[in-house]
Amino acid sequence: MTALLEIRNLTVQYGRINALTDVDIDVSEGEIVSIIGPNGAGKTSLLSTIAGVVPAAGGTITFRGEDILRLPLEESVRKGIALVPEGRHVLPGLTVLENLRLGATIRSDTPEVRRDIERFLDAFPILRERRNEPAGRLSGGEQQMLVIARALMSRPRLLMLDEPSLGLGPQIVDKVYDMISDTRDQGVTILVVEQNARRALAVADRTHVLNGGIIRLSGTAETLSGDPDFEAAYFGLRSVADG
Amino acid sequence: MGSAFIPIMIDAFSVGGLYALTALGIGLIFSVMRLANFAHAEFVTVPAYALFVLSDHPVVVSISAAVLVAVVLALVTERAAFRPLRGIDPATMLIASFAVSMFIQRLLVFAFDSRIKPVNPLAVLDGSVALFGAQVNLLKLTTVITCLVLLIALTVFLKYTRFGLEMRAAAEDFTMSRLLGVRANRVIATAFVLSALLAAVVAVLFSAQTGFVHPRFGLQIVIIAFVATVIGGLGNLLGAAVGGFLVGVVSTLLQALLPPDLRPFREAFVFLLVILVLLFRPQGLFPARGLKERI
Ligand SMILES: Nc1ncnc2c1ncn2[C@@H]1O[C@H](COP(=O)(O)OP(=O)(O)O)[C@@H](O)[C@H]1O
Ligand SMILES: [Mg+2]
Repeated sequence: MTALLEIRNLTVQYGRINALTDVDIDVSEGEIVSIIGPNGAGKTSLLSTIAGVVPAAGGTITFRGEDILRLPLEESVRKGIALVPEGRHVLPGLTVLENLRLGATIRSDTPEVRRDIERFLDAFPILRERRNEPAGRLSGGEQQMLVIARALMSRPRLLMLDEPSLGLGPQIVDKVYDMISDTRDQGVTILVVEQNARRALAVADRTHVLNGGIIRLSGTAETLSGDPDFEAAYFGLRSVADG
Repeated sequence: MGSAFIPIMIDAFSVGGLYALTALGIGLIFSVMRLANFAHAEFVTVPAYALFVLSDHPVVVSISAAVLVAVVLALVTERAAFRPLRGIDPATMLIASFAVSMFIQRLLVFAFDSRIKPVNPLAVLDGSVALFGAQVNLLKLTTVITCLVLLIALTVFLKYTRFGLEMRAAAEDFTMSRLLGVRANRVIATAFVLSALLAAVVAVLFSAQTGFVHPRFGLQIVIIAFVATVIGGLGNLLGAAVGGFLVGVVSTLLQALLPPDLRPFREAFVFLLVILVLLFRPQGLFPARGLKERI
């Protein structure tokens, strides 16, 4: 099976801090892969580097067989990679509709864009109701739906989500994860990072545990939850880090 | 006041309009790249010199040339001076823009010496017309109308075109906009072109009012416009326009209405007003939303 996204020996540094060290990850077409790890593990650095926001100090990132490591960040979406960043980042002063339209910046098929927008407004009546209001006035959950929909407006092959459940109540998190599963069912490959291990394990085909910038453990929800090293890997206890 | 009222208001609005356009030109660039572009002064001065150089040619030619010169100058400074500094802290960029401003000013002195040069780009507008029973200077009326039309055109551009949407998005969250595919170079170049267009119009209208140009021609208006953008709220276009307009109107009205022996202190009154505004609203009248840069 050829990987859609292939990451090898990826190292990311901020000055002298190593945020990621020799990370290897493969994501195949149609999969949901999740990365879990505590605060400061390097999750955001990983997604930011794939999207081109943060430069890599070493290693390779290949997407559909093409080296994308040094692309300017506005090109990654043109290659088919969409990032929903940590903290959502709606454009708060622009309306809900304008946010959705911006999601289609790279597309020129205007009638199709309109149809896609209608589909999202049908799927989320609250967004339709508030389509002409500034997006900054939406609740956290509504903003999360909006930014995922906005990312999908580019019709990506790979959707990356950085802590989509952060700061949301349990029912809203259910909705967000339903949306993630639905998106995969429509053929979009997904890479999601979370501190919220339970959700990210349940939704994913495969999960990596990241801590201190190093992948400590990898497996499926079943193998990982049965693994005696799981908690130690997640919480970064020395025995696993060194062994 | 009676019949004096309308001419005074047209006068005040024409000055206010020019400051508003200048403040908008500064605000457009600031909003997308956090550059407080002091060299905007030369974006005004250089096209005014183009008017001087081409003063023997038909108005259409000299004005078109002035606009073209402003746009080319803006694109060249963006490419050569500001692009390499992109993302650096705003204070450093401000200093760099001082340097660019000084450099161009020296070039002008070198090329034309520093004495004032006569210009009269809009001689056709000498004279006055009757408006609501008052005689109104045609040039000032044209200035007011031009400013109004440009403000409306800019609003339509920003609100209803794809470019405009991209610019507003970049102003709110540059990195997020780029992640959605908005091209940084294109948005910034668009901001510089729009800024230069506004500067060229100010050059034409302002030099038509003063009747001469000199190396610090743009500076006098840009310094006031900078103050205006601070009053309006840095990084907010509506605020910049309103701030510029208010400063222009207030200073013109003070000139007209203050007792003659207080008129020389008109600017002091304007700055007093600025200090009062900033004391009560340190963020300006219309504080900018999200000035965030990173994700
Ligand atoms: N811009 C930055 N400058 C310096 N250090 C950073 C920066 N961003 C993240 N880091 C550091 O890199 C490490 C990984 O951070 P991050 O990728 O944000 O982790 P996570 O998303 O898993 O919480 C942390 O030690 C963090 O302090
Ligand atoms: Mg993070």
